[in-house]
Amino acid sequence: MPVRPTAALPALLAAALAATALTACGSGSGSDPDTLKVSFKQSTDNSIKVMDDYLAGIKKQFEKANPGKKVELIPIKAPDSEYYTKVQQMLRSPKTAPDLVYEDTFLINSDITSGYLKPLDTYLAKWPDWNQFIDTAKTAAKGEDGKTYGVPDGTDTRGLWFDKGIFAKAGLPADWQPKTWDDVLDAARTIKAKVPDVTPLNVYTGKPAGEAATMQGFEMLLYGTDTGGTDPLYDSTSKKWIAGGQGFKDALTFVETVYKEKLGPDVETALDPNIQTIVRGDLLPNGKLGIDLDGSWLPQDWLEGSGHEWPEWSSKLGLAPMPTQHGQAPGKVSMSGGWTWAIPAKAANPDLAFDFIKTMQTKANAQKWYIANSGIAVRKDVAEDPAYTAAQPGIKFFTDLVASTHYRPAFPAYPKVSTAIQEAMEGVTTGDKSVADAAKGYDEELKSAADGQVIQK
Amino acid sequence: MKRTVARILPLTPATLLLLLFLAGPIAYCAYIAFTDLQLTGQAHESFVGFDNFRTAFGDEAFLNAVWLTLVFTVVSALLGQNTLGLALAALMQRASKPVRTLTGAIVITAWVLPEVVAGFLLYAFFRKEGTLNALLDWLHLPTQNWLFTLPILAVSFANVWRGTAFSMLVYSAALNEIPKEITEAAEVDGAGGWRRLWHITLPMIRRSIATNLMLITLQTLSVFGLIWVMTRGGPSGKSQTLPLFMYEEAFQKSMIGYGTAVALLLLLVGGLFSMVYVRLLRTEI
Repeated sequence: MPVRPTAALPALLAAALAATALTACGSGSGSDPDTLKVSFKQSTDNSIKVMDDYLAGIKKQFEKANPGKKVELIPIKAPDSEYYTKVQQMLRSPKTAPDLVYEDTFLINSDITSGYLKPLDTYLAKWPDWNQFIDTAKTAAKGEDGKTYGVPDGTDTRGLWFDKGIFAKAGLPADWQPKTWDDVLDAARTIKAKVPDVTPLNVYTGKPAGEAATMQGFEMLLYGTDTGGTDPLYDSTSKKWIAGGQGFKDALTFVETVYKEKLGPDVETALDPNIQTIVRGDLLPNGKLGIDLDGSWLPQDWLEGSGHEWPEWSSKLGLAPMPTQHGQAPGKVSMSGGWTWAIPAKAANPDLAFDFIKTMQTKANAQKWYIANSGIAVRKDVAEDPAYTAAQPGIKFFTDLVASTHYRPAFPAYPKVSTAIQEAMEGVTTGDKSVADAAKGYDEELKSAADGQVIQK
Repeated sequence: MKRTVARILPLTPATLLLLLFLAGPIAYCAYIAFTDLQLTGQAHESFVGFDNFRTAFGDEAFLNAVWLTLVFTVVSALLGQNTLGLALAALMQRASKPVRTLTGAIVITAWVLPEVVAGFLLYAFFRKEGTLNALLDWLHLPTQNWLFTLPILAVSFANVWRGTAFSMLVYSAALNEIPKEITEAAEVDGAGGWRRLWHITLPMIRRSIATNLMLITLQTLSVFGLIWVMTRGGPSGKSQTLPLFMYEEAFQKSMIGYGTAVALLLLLVGGLFSMVYVRLLRTEI
């Protein structure tokens, strides 16, 4: 019996469909050699366009200087932790990898180990401006193999912001400079007693706040304890992670005290995933927060054209370094991180991407960026420029903290260690766990996060 | 022979597509579950056998998520959506047309809303300054932050609110299928409302019950957006069901292999539930 003529059609269709489906998976990156894809983190706050505006300006300069080339900006609008996830998924495949990516130094080593990024040493060797970068910044994006994988676009430091108006009402000095943790807690207690309708002290905590809880919150405490030293989390001689000791428990006790005595935001607000936006966009500008342990970048949200303009902040807010636990030397603590521009290993146009980095990092453009995002300069020529230090109140204060700052042990296990810290913090914040239990929980989590590479100190 | 070929050929495109887009990813997932694949922090993954599953059963957070998933499913699907859907369907059989239309419209609106929108609505209902507390306050009853004190019940209620429409539609269709004569005959014989329900209605809609239970269980097991928006699984994991746990392990802690293993276990839980329904209601689907 002959095959019905109609049967040929489905067969053909089947073959065609299968072929398209299969080739769609196997085809090349499909990217255009004249289009540079730049992905970056867009603020989750719709009114904040600092990064968007800055990159739009650079795009214009770059396209003008490189006729025929186009820059495609790919904004990723997400909170930090989801931004990292999204970027990592993009970096896995040549089809989705952009040519240039904005990487937090928090994750860069992890992504280097995964082979997601391209070493930049050959480019850097031919780029005279690289000598302008301060040494600590140069190491921020260095892999364990000694190669450099990113160009930092600034750094940051952390300290205490306080509301002078609330301080005046509570009878506290306008030039407040706490010497110990107890000074900080006592000031918060005074505010709670005398100005009852405000939140006395904000310390980021718990998993919803993510890395902000670990870095602005916990590590600002931990690095100022007796066992703090240079790195209380990681022992570089034995290359092992350090299980929680007394300093770890003391830092947890501080967090517990803040939330148990109701000195902090109510626990529900503290564990709101948008807590950072709440603090910067509402609590501080509206005079509802006494003391905030936070980063140097806050004013970027208050600059003109940023959406929440609040130019008076510099007369309303005071700044003080975070003290060490008992005031022991050096007396103050700061943590530093920052973001870098990196080129994915699977980028289609790496050379063009480095040219774009060079455009962003001319002295003039770099300076413009530091000022726009309230960043701390990592270029010596900018740091020495009076136009930079005078650009904004607070820049000098936070730049001076660079001398007593610490960097996180940014090894591949760090993100997991950080989550374990957040879990311990969350336990004492809600009151579900005692300090001892939370610290024990951390030690157990640490063992699995660090693959058993743990020592007791 | 040629005839068989001619008959099979038209099915080939569908089969190929199914294999490619359905079976393919599932097989790949099953493979990943036995590796230590990470999203970042690792150059090459390796095969680790049953390690991920062993880790899961030794992980308190996993066991907590399993327990919460069971609570969430039983409370919101079996007790909530299922019984409420049946009750609404039964009541609507007797209601006047305008009442029927209005109730139907309201319930179905809740169902049609995207999960995330529904999540925000119920977040606004349950939060500290939310509608529920405003109501309670008005009635001079004590208020509390429901999302903080009873997160798993709050999200269960949200899921009931959202999913009841589906059960209602299934049961309305089933109830319409029952021949009037049988009910009338029972009524003539003097059977009261409860007896008619127990001896006539329920046995006659047995198959619909099984289908409904199975579908809503599978839907509920995979609810993610609703809980994510309302509580993010918090506070301290008190509303962290398996899909949220999976997301955290796979994408926030970068352990794709482990997260996928948990996904397979979730599949197993769904399978177990389905088997129980089929057995209990002795029906072939």
